[in-house]
Amino acid sequence: MMPVETTLVALSALGRNKTRSVLTALGVVIGVAAVIAMVSIGEGAKANVEQAFAAMGTNLLIVMPGSSSIGGAQGGAGSQPTITWADVKAVQTELSAVRLAAPVLRSNAQLASEDQNWTTGVQGTTPDYFDIRSWPIARGTRFTASDVDAGSKVVVLGQTVVDHLFGPNADPVGQVVRIRNIPFEVIGVTERKGQSAMGQDYDDAAFIPVTTFQSKIQGGLGKYLSGTLFVSAVSKDTVERAQSQVTALLRDRHQLPEGADDDFSIRNLSEIANAQQEGTRTLTALLASIAAVSLLVGGIGIMNIMLVSVTERTREIGVRMAIGAKPRDILAQFLVESLTLSTAGGVIGILLGLLTAQRLAAQFQWPLLVRPDIIVIAVAFSALVGVGFGLYPARKASLLDPIEALRYE
Amino acid sequence: MDPSSQGTSQSVSQSIIQLQDITRVYKMGDVEVRALQGVSLRIDSGDFVAVMGTSGSGKSTLMNVLGCLDKPTTGTYTLAGQEVSRLDRNELAEIRNKTLGFVFQSFNLLPRTSALENVELPLVYGGVPRRERKARAAEALTRVGLGKRMDHHPSQLSGGQQQRVAIARALVGRPRVLLADEPTGNLDSRTSLEVMSLLQELSRSGITTVLVTHEPDIAQHVSRVIVVKDGKVRSDTRQTPVPAVVPPEGADA
Repeated sequence: MMPVETTLVALSALGRNKTRSVLTALGVVIGVAAVIAMVSIGEGAKANVEQAFAAMGTNLLIVMPGSSSIGGAQGGAGSQPTITWADVKAVQTELSAVRLAAPVLRSNAQLASEDQNWTTGVQGTTPDYFDIRSWPIARGTRFTASDVDAGSKVVVLGQTVVDHLFGPNADPVGQVVRIRNIPFEVIGVTERKGQSAMGQDYDDAAFIPVTTFQSKIQGGLGKYLSGTLFVSAVSKDTVERAQSQVTALLRDRHQLPEGADDDFSIRNLSEIANAQQEGTRTLTALLASIAAVSLLVGGIGIMNIMLVSVTERTREIGVRMAIGAKPRDILAQFLVESLTLSTAGGVIGILLGLLTAQRLAAQFQWPLLVRPDIIVIAVAFSALVGVGFGLYPARKASLLDPIEALRYE
Repeated sequence: MDPSSQGTSQSVSQSIIQLQDITRVYKMGDVEVRALQGVSLRIDSGDFVAVMGTSGSGKSTLMNVLGCLDKPTTGTYTLAGQEVSRLDRNELAEIRNKTLGFVFQSFNLLPRTSALENVELPLVYGGVPRRERKARAAEALTRVGLGKRMDHHPSQLSGGQQQRVAIARALVGRPRVLLADEPTGNLDSRTSLEVMSLLQELSRSGITTVLVTHEPDIAQHVSRVIVVKDGKVRSDTRQTPVPAVVPPEGADA
């Protein structure tokens, strides 16, 4: 019998039992939809994490001064000023793997416009900071090196601060805000960056030149950096090298003997990013394997129904054999039936899975990422399920004895 | 043409079924059941034969062997000049498709499938192209008097009509032999007469017909009655068939 005829025979057999066919295919629909949706969710989460770390800054190292130790109580990283401004200068200029380095001093302070006020983290830094964080300016300009040299009273605001002080769509450039009652001119607004991976709002910040910060906001110790140092490596591959260069330089400058602990600490954000990505990858694999189990269950459902169907249609099989169907015709018919159920289920499952992924991506505000290879795999796998789980019932049907089958009640 | 070769081919074509010392032994657990114990039989082309016997007589086994659904344990079976007792499942399927036509007691039509599609089915397995299939199925249905009900599903047809669809299905492959297993067993007497009348007509047109029945009323319409008992042929008599005349509507009320 020709393949086309086999297919038509199988389709009309399925059509005689529509409800059952639909319910059987449903198992595969759900399985495939789950695989597609779960993998897309995993990919979306991964992209989201990547995005979050990209927002923190590129190839970023954060150097913090050492911990104080008073009477055995250790104060934690940054509690003891150990990094001098000369150290900062050396990091900026002497290391080959370091592209840029910017000091960041931070203090919470109240900002006031003419009619509103808002307390936020005020950060004293240098213009390089915006490059290290890859943070463009949306309006106006950032402050310059000469502003830092002169200690100008200028401020760059984050969007959240602008929203609170001036309203969402206002242009504050040129206006005056008072920080701790000292008037600063707003010269720029940073682009909206959103939240960090930990939910911290990057845009809730104000930036002023580091010298101004020291003289007006928080009296410095003069010689020592009372904050952190943001360092950006030349490239993604040199982050490790930059870290060891900074470590070696600071140890040398602080004249730490061999074996002594560092009197500073360095956080390598790419490590954290990698760990996070590893986490989401594991999550994706977990979700996908759970979904694969449901696809397997769908396949067993097909086998179950096909077995019932073979038993129920024993007489039909007998009649078909009596009028000239060969065993392979019967085998082919039942195989095509299960293959049709599984691939139809697979195609509907893909559509449903994509729809679900889209809804979820919109819900979590993740990018919608659909891996084409997953779609191909899902289709291939559901076809495989159809053949794999259909083979046993089909073989059983083809081996029936026509006399027995015709006598079957 | 050489007259002697013509004679040979004629004798082969006349004796379409030849059974020689056929036995069929089943194993049911430890017990051997000798369903057929040496049956030799010749059925000529165009014969209209009834096989009779009580249940357990071996008549069903004989029909299964004749229908190439079962293989004899020993002996030879020559159907339309071909030795078929040692063929495999696929070859037997081919024979059933091309040379034989089956009619069953319980009609055995596919449910929720039109009469036309039911009749087409043997041609589907015979690899007949779609257009020809449709035409031949329609022709067969017209021949059994159901030309106007081709689109009806079995559930929309009476028992007699369903059996006529089944006969059309048996005929559509242009078989040499029609095998009918209690074809009137599920029908009332009037419809039985209709079916017998149809079978007589087919027989007259040259199709060899073998039917199994246990009703003498039905057997009177055939030209040869073979009685089977204990796996052997007990009697084999020729008779003049009584024409199956369907009484006019309402006459048998």
